[in-house]
Amino acid sequence: MAAIDIAEVSKIYTGGVEAVKSVSIDITDGELIVLVGPSGCGKSTLLRMVAGLETISKGTVKIGTRIVNQVDPAERDIAMVFQNYALYPHMTVYDNLAYGLRNRKTPRAEIDARVTEAARMLEIEPYLDRKPRALSGGQRQRVAMGRAIVRKPAAFLFDEPLSNLDAKLRVSMRGEIKRLQKRLGTTSLYVTHDQLEAMTLADRLVVLNGGRIEQIGRPLDVYHAPASTFVASFIGSPAMNLVKGTLEGSRLKIGTHTIELGYPAPAAGPVTVGLRAEDLRPAAISEQALLFRVDYVEELGAQRLVHGAVEDQELTVVLAPEMPLADELAITIPADRLHFFAANGKRLYRQATTGLASARTPTVNPEPAL
Amino acid sequence: MQRTKVLDHIILLIGVFIMVAPVVVAFTTSTHEAADIHSNGLSLTWGGHFAETYETVLTRQGGFTGKVTGFNMMMNSMILGLGFAAGKIVLSMLAAYAIVYFRFPLATAAFWIIFTTLLLPLEVRILPSYEVMNTLKLTNTYPGLIVPLLASATGTFYFRQFFKSVPDELLEAARIDGAGPFKFFIDVLVPLSRTMMAAIFIIMFVYGWNQYLWPTLMTTDEGFFTLVRGIKQILLVWVGSNIPDYNEAFALAILAMLPPVMIVVVFQRWFIKGLTESDK
Repeated sequence: MAAIDIAEVSKIYTGGVEAVKSVSIDITDGELIVLVGPSGCGKSTLLRMVAGLETISKGTVKIGTRIVNQVDPAERDIAMVFQNYALYPHMTVYDNLAYGLRNRKTPRAEIDARVTEAARMLEIEPYLDRKPRALSGGQRQRVAMGRAIVRKPAAFLFDEPLSNLDAKLRVSMRGEIKRLQKRLGTTSLYVTHDQLEAMTLADRLVVLNGGRIEQIGRPLDVYHAPASTFVASFIGSPAMNLVKGTLEGSRLKIGTHTIELGYPAPAAGPVTVGLRAEDLRPAAISEQALLFRVDYVEELGAQRLVHGAVEDQELTVVLAPEMPLADELAITIPADRLHFFAANGKRLYRQATTGLASARTPTVNPEPAL
Repeated sequence: MQRTKVLDHIILLIGVFIMVAPVVVAFTTSTHEAADIHSNGLSLTWGGHFAETYETVLTRQGGFTGKVTGFNMMMNSMILGLGFAAGKIVLSMLAAYAIVYFRFPLATAAFWIIFTTLLLPLEVRILPSYEVMNTLKLTNTYPGLIVPLLASATGTFYFRQFFKSVPDELLEAARIDGAGPFKFFIDVLVPLSRTMMAAIFIIMFVYGWNQYLWPTLMTTDEGFFTLVRGIKQILLVWVGSNIPDYNEAFALAILAMLPPVMIVVVFQRWFIKGLTESDK
């Protein structure tokens, strides 16, 4: 058990490509941090630098109280779960779990005890004598986790561990990882490109883009107050609608429509407006409502994604499936659910006295502060 | 449908005939007496001298100095074949391991230099190699027979391709599990390469077994003669009215074929696996 301190870490490859740009993350003991971002955002590189599989170009990584920049992966007291499991194909499940312990000259009795315990925890006891090739994808995944658990490391590093599983298994394994991590209380760093996985697993998630941190925060904070248009479009499904608008005093103009905000606008002039598809509601035609032209519909069963446009700006709206559809709908959004972003993509924060405080306690106050 | 099946079988039978018939003829002929063979030529019938011919071949003191038996020659061939195959595997695995897993200056260049030696058959360097061995006083020794032939571009190339196909994560997992370069090689790469090793072993064993020119050059002491040389030796006695022991030559040829055939039969399953798939 240990905290991990990533301080201004950069990765510069020979040739000058900077994959990770001065990233700092403080991971407290027992926390599950998810690094999420599109492919090529540097999330895996960052994880591998913590693991010691990549050298750290700049900055320091501290595990516990020890700076590990120059420490061998085996000496860092971490365990890693790989995307393709990386089980030793010629060894039985038991040997796969025991290999790391044997290399550390752990007494035989203790190896046996730890492997048995991990196998019981992961329900892979019946397979201990099998080779990995005789196991299903889900079972292999469990073995890979078992290999991490038996070591009782200070930290778990997960590198997209679920992406090779089918959708159903992914959901159940997700739950299992979360449960296991809470039970063991081991500090964990988890890399994924799947925002849903990130939202559901993370104590805090780190959104990376182009090697930089876009936002660090608890899942709901990130969801309700994305720090940039990138985060807004990356976290949440369907992605947040981003449209062009103009702020004038306490009024927002989107095309020819005008919305009364009822609070002072965070800026003046052209802005990008973010509207969550699930915040948009059907309404009677009025001054405040946006006229929405329906293009096509995706049925999800419990809800319905309606794609269309307000004037020439595309929008997606989540509607109840029993709502009758017309070619044109009037939709509104509560003014306090609007997100504003400056031209550089950064969030424009409302001058609110309680803003930050309430954003940090979303369970107490489910209304997001802007 | 039926007709194509018949045709298929005819084609296969022709293939079998072409490949097996010479061996069968050699075997049946070897059971006749030398004089019969000399006057009647090859024969497909059973000559009835099987036991005595093969016994003579295996145990009689033959050769110029009369101190080498067929059995001795077989052992020599075996030592050459096994030493050759095992040595080549060890050497080329280590070379491939260095090339694939270690970043050292000019690694790629080193590989391509090794690779181009594929184009140079042994015969090209046979005189300098002999000179070196002679200076080292290794003529008429097993090391002298084996060592100069060990460096193998083919083996290195095969193992390099195989190591490259091993997922990087396996190395990373091993590193996190605390395995150093030596442990990773022994605990992970070697077991994973088993089928590959079997395949190379067969190829190299047969190659070593069939060596003719190099052993001829390296060994003047008949105690080191190999089977392949022995066959030639028998036919060399055509002096005056002597009839060469054709039957013994054929018998030796058959005997010379047996160990490679057995090796192929035993390793066949692995051989095919090694060349076509891998259990990663």
